[in-house]
Amino acid sequence: MERPILELTGATVYFGADAALDGVDFRLFPGEVHSLMGENGAGKSTLIKAITGALQLTSGELRIDGEVMHFGSPHDAQEAGVRAVYQEIDLLPNISVAENISLGTEPRRFGLIDWKEMRERAHAVLADLGLDIDPASILGRHSLAVQQLVAIARAISTEARVLVLDEPTSSLDLDECAELFRVIRDLKERGVAIIFVSHFLDQVYEICDRVTVLRDGKLVGEYLTREFLRIDLVQAMLGRSAESLRARPRLHLADERSTEPFLSARAVSVGSGINDADVDMIEGEVLGVAGLLGSGRTELARALTGIDKLDGGIIRIQGTDESLGNPRSAISLGVVYSSENRRTEGILSELSVQENITLALQAERGVFRRIRPARQRELAMSWVDALDIRPPDLDRPAGTLSGGNQQKVLLARLLALSPRVLVLDEPTRGIDVGAKVEVQNLVGELADNGLSVMFISAELEEVLRVGNRVLIVQDGRILDTVPSEDLTADSLTALVARPEAV
Amino acid sequence: MTRLMKHRLFWPVFSLLALIVINTIARPQFIKITMRDGEFYGALIDILRNCAPLMLVALGMTLVIATRGIDLSVGAVMAVSGAVTLTIIDGSSSPGSTSTVLVAILAGIGVSLVLGLWNGFLVAVLDIQPIIATLVLMLAGRGVALLITDGFITTVNSEPLNFVATGYLFALPFALFIWLAAAAAIAIVERRTALGVLTEAVGINPEASRLAGVRSRGIILGAYVASGTLAGIAGIIYSSNIRAADANAAGDLIELYAILAVVLGGTSLMGGKFTIAGTVIGVLIIQTLDSTILFLGVSSAQSPVFFAIVVVIVVLIQSPRVHQWGRALTGGFRTRPGTEVRNDAEVTA
Repeated sequence: MERPILELTGATVYFGADAALDGVDFRLFPGEVHSLMGENGAGKSTLIKAITGALQLTSGELRIDGEVMHFGSPHDAQEAGVRAVYQEIDLLPNISVAENISLGTEPRRFGLIDWKEMRERAHAVLADLGLDIDPASILGRHSLAVQQLVAIARAISTEARVLVLDEPTSSLDLDECAELFRVIRDLKERGVAIIFVSHFLDQVYEICDRVTVLRDGKLVGEYLTREFLRIDLVQAMLGRSAESLRARPRLHLADERSTEPFLSARAVSVGSGINDADVDMIEGEVLGVAGLLGSGRTELARALTGIDKLDGGIIRIQGTDESLGNPRSAISLGVVYSSENRRTEGILSELSVQENITLALQAERGVFRRIRPARQRELAMSWVDALDIRPPDLDRPAGTLSGGNQQKVLLARLLALSPRVLVLDEPTRGIDVGAKVEVQNLVGELADNGLSVMFISAELEEVLRVGNRVLIVQDGRILDTVPSEDLTADSLTALVARPEAV
Repeated sequence: MTRLMKHRLFWPVFSLLALIVINTIARPQFIKITMRDGEFYGALIDILRNCAPLMLVALGMTLVIATRGIDLSVGAVMAVSGAVTLTIIDGSSSPGSTSTVLVAILAGIGVSLVLGLWNGFLVAVLDIQPIIATLVLMLAGRGVALLITDGFITTVNSEPLNFVATGYLFALPFALFIWLAAAAAIAIVERRTALGVLTEAVGINPEASRLAGVRSRGIILGAYVASGTLAGIAGIIYSSNIRAADANAAGDLIELYAILAVVLGGTSLMGGKFTIAGTVIGVLIIQTLDSTILFLGVSSAQSPVFFAIVVVIVVLIQSPRVHQWGRALTGGFRTRPGTEVRNDAEVTA
């Protein structure tokens, strides 16, 4: 076998007394796509940081092309041809696409920046990625998906030999993913070694040649993807039997309910995002929403929960017309929304877990009716226990928790309001498999307790498993609402993806 | 000891004590407090008295900064409130009567409250960037004050007015009680109601707070109203002290000193977490420094540079980066860089 381009042996990283990475071996060959798998906290990000120079090994060796390297900074790693694209886009939104791509390596003429050359270079690398945008346009004007591709363009614009993609697909829709995979295959042809980190197992199986599994900072093993069963992969990551994690099937309410829907929307429109949408949300039911990014699924959720003002249509709660002009009025009617953007529209990272959990309840009670500190603690603690938020430390800044636990804190914030309608926009995005299943089960339990839940997810299988009925959104319109037992993952994919199939 | 050092107020308090110690070493009588006619006198008492205007302005500024805003108009509001109050007293038939002075003071404070409301309206309702919104009043306010005083420096001799800045109550300066009451009232309102945590939520992330049902508009508006009102009181104390309404000199550059005090006290300009106690200490640092200049007899030509040098030193003392270097130099204990930066970022950023 040929020599690995990158090799870690006995890699160990200590944070204080805790080993975040404990004697891990890892190898990466030229021209392969290698997936790094593990639950949150397994050591994936630590390993990536060690490779990209953001963190230094406490002990162990890093070799590039057989040579022992010491990366003191990300700059050293970039010099050695190791480039990374992170989930949270680290570009500058207020300057042009071309400037972002050349940042730090601007082409110069007579000591001044050669703008023409810069734009041409950007154009070439964007064309490589099949992205047809004006390099002179301001980055922030583009969608997150395009920004993600620009970040990749930036990484490959210099001679990258090792490319680390950390959750590159979390903001991409199906077409954009396909486009990204085409680019990845192309880079692979050119001999670039790619580390691909994703929570989407489908994607890992589609694009990766090998997979290295980490758990609790230790190496579990390295496997060839094509020989490694999915169930075994999940088991390797979790270290417990996958059976115990499988989401409990939802009880289907057999009889046709004659009861009126708790919330019903008729002919709801908001801007160009969602048009003429009719939705019925029934108590005790999970309504799954399937649709691509940009289909209007988020706009629908925001319209129903008073986040955005309606341009048309009406919303009835228990048969009465209500105007949900803002989140407050929706909350007072028991209608709550959890945003897909946990970081920018959800968690308040510098406030404690306790303050985050009690925030919405406190806001509803008003400034002058403060919840007593003892009561706050009790309330927050009960949710930390109920949702198994870890670590169970109420005073910790919420921003230091893992993604899955932040999501649970947000759920606790909403559930503390004793809502009647819970609208969850991508509640499982970017959280690890274990936490994902916990959230799914929780959603089921809440519905069993009489809540009416809307569950939006880009993962169709999940929508199908969790939802009693599935609402299919496309191009800002509701295509259909189908009981989930009448659908399969394939038929749902077909419905979501192609308008002409209906 | 290390736990004490981790406290967010450790370095501000340390800086303040260091200044006092240096002063005392330079001239031991600095620390001395004497009793004359049943009233306390001394350099420290002067600091507690003279800091009142800056203290009030900085307290308001803390609330505004916590919402991610800034209020540049405080100096101009001081000028307007002084002009309103003194013009009323000047125009009245009995400038020496307590009731006249009370009415004039209430009018000055009332006008300041309206000016604060105007700032809050621009920021919270019209969604104008705070620095621009308050710049409007910063520029226009002094003009308004000049209009009120007809372009003159209105001087007034009124015993009840003089009492505000120079009077004594229970052997201590009356101005001290004003700012103590303001600081206590703010601390109690912020921490005994939910206002504090909701203000921090709005400052950290306005959109996330809105989605959680927080009435961010009212909270932001309230912060500017508080800032305007407190600046108005500060303006009256200032005018009382010089016994005149000077539209140009009142509160000149005070917005910058107030921002400095807030930051020295450990509240981040990025908004969010704030500390009232920190701001009080920040103001005391600035005021002590001010009297140091007087006390050490630094010439007026040298004093701005001297002031700047000491501020730089104080800021360096509080910088987490400098702490890290210090530790590296002394070969001290190993710490986790990650958490270190996080703890301290909040304090200094």
